[in-house]
This record gives sequence, C-alpha cells and structure tokens, in this order.
Amino acid sequence: MALDEIKIGGLGASRRRVEDNRFIRGKGNYIDDIVLPGMLHMEILRSPLAHARIRSIDASAAWAIPGVRMVLTGDMLAARNLAWMPTLSYDTQAVLATDKVRFQGQEVACVVADDPYIAKDGCEAIVVDYEPLPPIVNPTQAKAPDAPLIRDDKTGQDSNVVFDWEVGDREGTDRAFAEADVISTIEMHYPRSHPSPIEACGSIADFNRATSKLTVYMTTQAPHIIRAAVALVAELPEHMIRIVSPDLGGGFGNKVPVYPGYVVSILASILLERPVKWIEDKSGNLISTGFGRDIYLKGEMALRSDGRILGVRMHTDSDHGAFFSDAQPSKFKVGLMHSAFSCYDIGAAHLTAQGVYTNKAPGGVAYRCSFRVTEAMFFQERMVQAAASDLGMDQAEFRRINLVRDDDFPHRTPWGFLTDSGQYGKCLDLGLEAIGYEDFLRQKEEARKRGRLLGIGISTMTEPLGAGNSREYDILGIKMFDSAELKVHMTGKALLRTGAKTQGQGHETTWAQIVAHELGIPAEDVLVEEGDTDTAPFGMGTYASRSTPVAGAAVAMVSRKIRAKARRIAAHLLEVSEEDIEWELGRFSVRGAPDRGVTIQECAIAAYSNMPDGMEPGLENNAYYDPPNLTWPFACYIATVEVDPETGVWDVLRVVAVDDCGVRINPMIVEGQIMGGLTEAYAMANMQFITFDEDGNCIGSNYMDYLLPTAWETPGFELHEVVTPCPHHPIGAKGIGECATVGGPAAFVNAVIDAIGDAGVRNIDMPLLPDRVHEAITAGHDVSGAPPVKTEP
Amino acid sequence: MYPSRFRYEAPSTVDEAIALLAGANGEAKILAGGQSLIPMMKLRFAAPAMLIDINGIAGLDYHHSDADGTFRIGALCRHADLEKSATLAASQPTMAAAAPVVADPLVRTRGTLVGSLCHADPQGDWASVMVSLGGSIVAQGPNGRRAVAVSDLIDGPFQTVLADDEIAIEAVVPAAIGTRAGGYLKLERRVGDFATVGVAVSAEMSGATVSQAGIGLTGVGPATINAAEAAGSLVGTSLDAEALDTAAQLAAEAAQPRSDHRGSADYKRHVVATFVRRIGAQIQRSGQEAA
Repeated sequence: MALDEIKIGGLGASRRRVEDNRFIRGKGNYIDDIVLPGMLHMEILRSPLAHARIRSIDASAAWAIPGVRMVLTGDMLAARNLAWMPTLSYDTQAVLATDKVRFQGQEVACVVADDPYIAKDGCEAIVVDYEPLPPIVNPTQAKAPDAPLIRDDKTGQDSNVVFDWEVGDREGTDRAFAEADVISTIEMHYPRSHPSPIEACGSIADFNRATSKLTVYMTTQAPHIIRAAVALVAELPEHMIRIVSPDLGGGFGNKVPVYPGYVVSILASILLERPVKWIEDKSGNLISTGFGRDIYLKGEMALRSDGRILGVRMHTDSDHGAFFSDAQPSKFKVGLMHSAFSCYDIGAAHLTAQGVYTNKAPGGVAYRCSFRVTEAMFFQERMVQAAASDLGMDQAEFRRINLVRDDDFPHRTPWGFLTDSGQYGKCLDLGLEAIGYEDFLRQKEEARKRGRLLGIGISTMTEPLGAGNSREYDILGIKMFDSAELKVHMTGKALLRTGAKTQGQGHETTWAQIVAHELGIPAEDVLVEEGDTDTAPFGMGTYASRSTPVAGAAVAMVSRKIRAKARRIAAHLLEVSEEDIEWELGRFSVRGAPDRGVTIQECAIAAYSNMPDGMEPGLENNAYYDPPNLTWPFACYIATVEVDPETGVWDVLRVVAVDDCGVRINPMIVEGQIMGGLTEAYAMANMQFITFDEDGNCIGSNYMDYLLPTAWETPGFELHEVVTPCPHHPIGAKGIGECATVGGPAAFVNAVIDAIGDAGVRNIDMPLLPDRVHEAITAGHDVSGAPPVKTEP
Repeated sequence: MYPSRFRYEAPSTVDEAIALLAGANGEAKILAGGQSLIPMMKLRFAAPAMLIDINGIAGLDYHHSDADGTFRIGALCRHADLEKSATLAASQPTMAAAAPVVADPLVRTRGTLVGSLCHADPQGDWASVMVSLGGSIVAQGPNGRRAVAVSDLIDGPFQTVLADDEIAIEAVVPAAIGTRAGGYLKLERRVGDFATVGVAVSAEMSGATVSQAGIGLTGVGPATINAAEAAGSLVGTSLDAEALDTAAQLAAEAAQPRSDHRGSADYKRHVVATFVRRIGAQIQRSGQEAA
C-alpha cells in the first residue's frame, strides 16, 4: 500500500507552517531577543544634512557620560583602514564619515555604552561642525554641468555618473523603428521605495580574545556571503568567523547588504573584548538602508498597425544615492532591466542605461525582486498599455497578439535570455474570464454616461527568478549555486540544513515537504535548520526568489543521493541485486514480488546497524546545485478601479491574479506569497514612496510618512493558477516569492490610467496619490512625482 | 524606545496633578492616552523632565449629555468610547462622523479627545470638530476653573493658551438651539495617516433653514482653522447649491495649506471646497428625508 503523499506532508500539501508555532507564541528568537553576558549596546549618530563637509567632531562630552565605554568616529576607523568598505557592486561606501556626509541619515559616529539609553544620550552629546554643501536629489541635478561632485573621495571620478551601459541590438532596433507604422513613447519614474521589514537590522558581535573566534549574530539573508566578506575585509581567518542569522522578521532584500552598523559593532567588540549589540530603529532603517527602485524611463516601441511589436528602445537613468552599493549578483550594470519584454515575441530591442550618484541613501535594487526586474516589468506593462492605446487596440487583444506562444519554447528573448516554458495565452484568458472582461467594459461605458470613472488594468509578465546559473551570476566571484545537507538518523528521522536563509518564507515547512516527496519520510520527521555558518553548508542565501529554484533543487538532489544509498541497503536487506529493487514512495520492494519490501526507515536503521560489507556506515550526504537556467514563472494580474473625478481618490473594485509558478510545493504558502506581493504592489501604486525635498531631507523616514497598507484598505485578491512545470528544476518548481510585487503595480496604474483615459493622460507617476490623479484629470497632462517634492517658500 | 531621562508621577487627584505641574517650571507634560506624546518622546522630539500620568485619577473617563443638552467629555474618555457611544450617535452627528476616522483602531483605544485638543496638532481631527460646534474646554489650575473656547485654546502648531499649571479636565459642546446636523470628511492616504484634508461642518437647523453653523478645517494650516466666514454664509440658507458653493469658496479661501508630499496647496483647497459641499448636501438631503 503506497503512502499518501499529501498525508505525509509531501508535494502539494498545504501543510501548516511549522515555524509559526513558535512565532505566534512569542517564542521566536530574533536578534534583539539574544542577550549575551557582559553585552554592551551601540547607537549610531546620523547626519542631519544631505551634503556637508565635516569641519570637526567633538565627542568629549559623550566620553564623559558615565556608562559610555567607547565613541567611534571616522578618524578612528581610518587609522585602522576601516573608514571605507567595499560594496557588492565594486564601489566603496563610508562606514563612518570622515571627509563629508553624502546623504541625510549617513553614519557619522557610534557610541557604545552599558545600556541603549546611555548610548543614545552619548550620541546627543557629540558635537559635529558641518559646512553645508548643495545637495543633489535627482539625476538631472546630478548631471548638470555645474553640479557639485559628490564622490570627490574617488580618484578619477570627475562627474556624478556611476556608469554608462548598453545591451541589445542597436542597428536591428533602428531598422525596426524605421519600418514602424506607429511609434509609441512614454516617460516615467519608478519612485524610491523601501523593503521595510517589520524587524529592522541589527547585530551582536562577540569577539573572544582567548579563542580568537568572532561570532556575529546578525540580521542577514546571506550569512555565508557575510562570512566571506568579513574574512576578506577584516582579514580575519575564515574558520574563526561564525555568522549566525537567527529568526528574521522579514527581509525583502533589505538584509542582503553589509551596513556600517554591523562593521562598527564588530570593531567595537574586538577593541572592547565584550559583546556589542546594535539594534537599528525603524527610522534608521528607512533612512539609511537598502532601498528599491528610484529609476527613470524613456521608453519607445515600434509598432505595426496590425498590432505586432517590432522593436523596443529603453533608456533608464537610475539614482543610486551616495554610494553604488546595489546588491545584485549579475554582471549587468542595471541588473536584469533587459529581462523586460521576455514574455513578448518582439524582433529587436536596445537598452541604454546610466546610473548617477545623488545625496540620497545608497543600497538600491533591494525590495522583493529587483535586480531591476520589478522596474523592467512595470515599465514593460506601462509601455504596452500606452502602445495599445496609441494603436486604438483592446488591451487584452494587443497582449494576446504579441505573447510568446506555447510551442515557441525554448524562446530566446531579444536581449538574450532563454525562456523555457509557459502557457501565457491560457493565463491571460483565465484572468479575463475571471474578471468578466467583456461585462466590465460594458459597465465602464454605462458608468461613464453617468459621470462615473471605471477602469481596468492588465499586467502580464514572465520574470527571471532564482539567480542563477554560474555563467552569468556571482557575488564577489562566488558562483550563485546553493546547497543542502541531509542527515537521516537511525530511527528514520532527519535533519536538513541548507545554504539558504528563511525570513518568513516558510523554509522549515517546505524543505521538509521536498524530502517527504523524494524519500517518503513524513515531513514532520524532518527538522530544517538554516543560518549558522558553523553548521549550514555553504550557500548564497535567500533573495531573488532563489530559494526554491536553487536551494530547493539541492534538497531534492541530496534526497536522491540518500535514496540511492538506501536502495543499495534495501538490496542487501532483501537479498536481491540492486537492479531488482523498485521504489515507491517511502518503500523499496523486490521487482515482481511487491510484498517483499523494506521502508526507508528500515533502511535508515540498517545504515547504522546492518550495512552491506564494504559500505560506509551512516545515511547522510550533501548536494551543491548550480541551476542550468533561471526559472521563468508567468503571471497575469488584472485590477478594476473606480476613480472619484472630483477628488482623484481611487478605490479598487476587484483584483484577479493568475500565477503559473510551476509545481507548487505548499499551495497555502504560495498563495500567501502572492497575497503579500499584491499588497505591496497596491502599496506602491497607491501610497508608498520615499521622496526628498530640495534640501535633501528624506521624506519617508518614519511610518507616518512612509505608508504600509493595513488590512483596512488593502483590497481582496482572487487567486487562480496554471501549472507549467519548470523543465530543468528537479521537481518542476519555479520562483514565486516576488511575482506579485513585480507584476502587480502596473495592473493598478493601468487601471487608473484606463479610467481617466478621456483626459488624454499617458502617465501618472506612482504613487497615484489623489492630488496627482486629480491634476491629471483636470489639467489633462502627465503628472510626474519625481523629487524634489514640491514645496512652497 | 529610548527616550531621554524623565521623572514619572502618577497622582490620584486633579489637585495633586496641578501641584506637580505648578512645581515643574513648565517642564512637565500630562500623560493621558499618550498616543502623540509617547512617539514624540521616543524620537526625542519631546523631552519633558516630568511625566504626570493622570490615568489613575478616578472620575475623568465620562461622556454624557446634561439635561439641557450640553455634552461633556472627561479628560480620560477615549476615542473608542466615543466611537461606540450611543449618546454620541443620537445627539452629535459631527462628532459621530469623526469618531471612527480618528487615527487607527489601536490609537483610538488609548487616545483621548481632551488630550488631542491639548496636543494642538494642526492635523488633529477633534479640534476642527469642536471648533465647528463652538466647543470649549474646562481648564483647572491652582486658582480654580475657567472655560476656554477651542477656537481660542489653540494659538499655533502644538501650542495652547493653557498656563503651565493648568490641566484640561473636560471638553464641552454647548446645547443646540435648533436640530443638530453635521458631518466630518477626511482625506487620508491610509487608515491612521494624518489628514491630507479634514473638514467638519456643523449646523443647527430650524426646519430646512440653517440657524447656526460652524466649519473647522484639519491639516490645511499651521493650526486648526475656524472658517467662521464660510460658516456664517450658510446661516439663513437652506443649504441650496448656491449657498454651498459660496461657503465652499470661502472655506477654501480660509484654508492656508502648504504643498507637501500629501498634495499641492491648490489641491488641498479644492478638497476643502468639495468636502464643504458634500457635507452640506448630505445635511440638506437628510433634512429632506426627515421631513
């Protein structure tokens, strides 16, 4: 009798998340829960100005406060060659400012004290004499001929340009445009947003002089990369560094980079020989750590009058803040921007991109997919809507004409990516049917006669998830593989560790389900651990929706290695040759004699007690998995809205989501990811941005200005699925964590633009605040929300 | 949160609280709901030397109507008490419209109306509502009590005319002569966001005619705005479209908004006008339905 895979919590089981048991009981172990004997507390003094020369720093009053143990400044770090650190994008970033401050919120000094109150008092007692310099808050200002040079610390840097980059077929694209019947153009800004995990960043550095071992508990999505970075930057022996990433209260890309707080806490612990804890507050997190987006597009599409897209030109200007510290692992300067239009069958494409420094926080491209994919797909779907509108074509029909067809896979995109699977037309049709497309168009016309504005927005996209294959993706030269280690104990229970790091995605639940699927060991018998570099196998961590595509594949592969050894043990136990052994879930049996069999658990105990002659005892192994390609999930998101023409306020009527992420390991968790992603998409479209005034003041450094939607205003979501297994993944799964954040925003924006279509407006920049929508309706022109935010004298 | 060092006192009578205030040289703050004060202390924008927690003082958590219709709200009456109040729903339409949109449910559970008035945030919803109703507060100090009209209480952003040794113990809405009508509309980007624009319109009706009116504006100036001229223009009208247009125009002119990340000044003025019209039309409609 074969095992019921759903009952043992295998593939496809909507198993409850095992980690939630401790989270909902308040028994999680987050960074701030960790208390070490003799621990001191560190607080950061941040710059109030966006751009200023530091004339002097007087910390004497801080040193004089009882309980202050150390005040660290840029000069102290410079004496140890630690005032600057390398970034993941081969630039440098100030750890503590020495010469200038380059953004509001930049780290200027740190105070280490007996408790956090004293540390904060110490920061207030430090006197910094600043000489203000003119701030730059957008690319236009950065490129102005008389613009002040932000990075005067870098030899050879004589402008604020970080890079110029291009990709694609310039001549072919020019030809496509020459042949076009219609050329559609649009310009827009994807505003700066922030991953804003509920738990901010933090670390506890614990250097033990006696053992020479440095243990750092820290909020990181990629502990092994941190270990490598600490070894390289601090020149400490790698085996004497232990990075422990405890329970994380969300990451969303915010916890990939290395931040000054981590570095200074490590130095302080080495100098003071005591554990030093740094816990960032929410404002510190919003004002200084890895943001997302902040990029401008000039987009052009060459169209044939029958609706075919002949070519696409894109130019992007990205605002990187004061330091180029993008956390993205590709060799491409503007990330995977050129994955745009991967779901459409177009002839030629060309992308030019420029990046600039500004007096804003560094650390771009984080936030639930990026590597610029979020921007790419948003720009794509906004351009597609404008193109359909220019052609006078139906939005859905225009997409249907241009989507890559099911029998065209594998499909080489014009920018060189290889998509391998999908049923795009089926997803679109399912979405249109679910929303009642034709009915809604009729309602819209009816409503318009009564002065009501209804709109419908569609967003269809495939995106490259799961970096990546080692040919194109690395961090600091380390290839983007991942790993799993599986130890099956003698009673058939198991311990699984991977190189990924869960931040709420539910790895402890889903990895066990893959083991259950491969070995028939019930998921509840598999303990999953991640995040401790002394115990976990080397891996590149969790971001870019890469866990299931890469680490999840490694889990399947290591389970298969275990199964192969168990098969040999089964043959020994059943006294037949290995070729005569058959496998069904959880059990080996003799070919032709299905009653004669042994379970995987019986093989496990035999591995420790009755192994065949010459066989190494034990039942454990590891696997390193380098994926042959990215995974390419597809999604179709459709939103309907009603706009109040008098105030510009818009309400969401319905949202339909059709996601094809291949085989779903835990459908409940997948649906949770999609709902979370759609919530973030709605937030960005409706309310959320970090902007700056002309003085470079960050508007969005607290939760009164930077808005997270609550259950109150977040619309309901109607979810549907199509399953096209990934052809190269061991269990056919694709990434899903970021799809809805990537594809969702365009559906909302397209819907609002559709609703006010009569005004002749092509674009309103996100967030579509009521005043912007109202201005578009009444003035009949595009509305840009790029910084500096309008202020009055 | 790591505020600056402060002394904490929890008196059990109003007199004790006043004595503590009097001895604190203006360095003390009263803690009622704490929903504005505590975040400001967390950010160290506020660093009072002493916090006087009045939550242990009995008998301040009331709200009720006197026999003559005067409505009284004690210093420890929470927003949530008002939101759930049948008395409020039956007798105070403007307040009943505002109660569910003050901040978010968490803040409403703890925060107080009187505390909100004393905090004098130009974004505070209750101050405009009280201004529209001609409401006042009762301030108590070492020399006894005095009434201060809410429109006089607030003399700038986060500033009131209360003396250092005075404590606001009650808010008062005067009895209506005619039938009370009114509404509160608030444009916010998200539940719990400060108002981009908030408009309170209160009217007393004799039949279909306005006998008295008040308009208060939230978030469109350095302090709560009393749009008295706009309100005055409604008196004697039956809230017809022309009268509402006039009042809307005057209210928009009374607003002193700044352009910021919530919207442009022009837009905010436009919303003020729109909301005056909408509330007025709603009063007019419900009057017709009642008749």
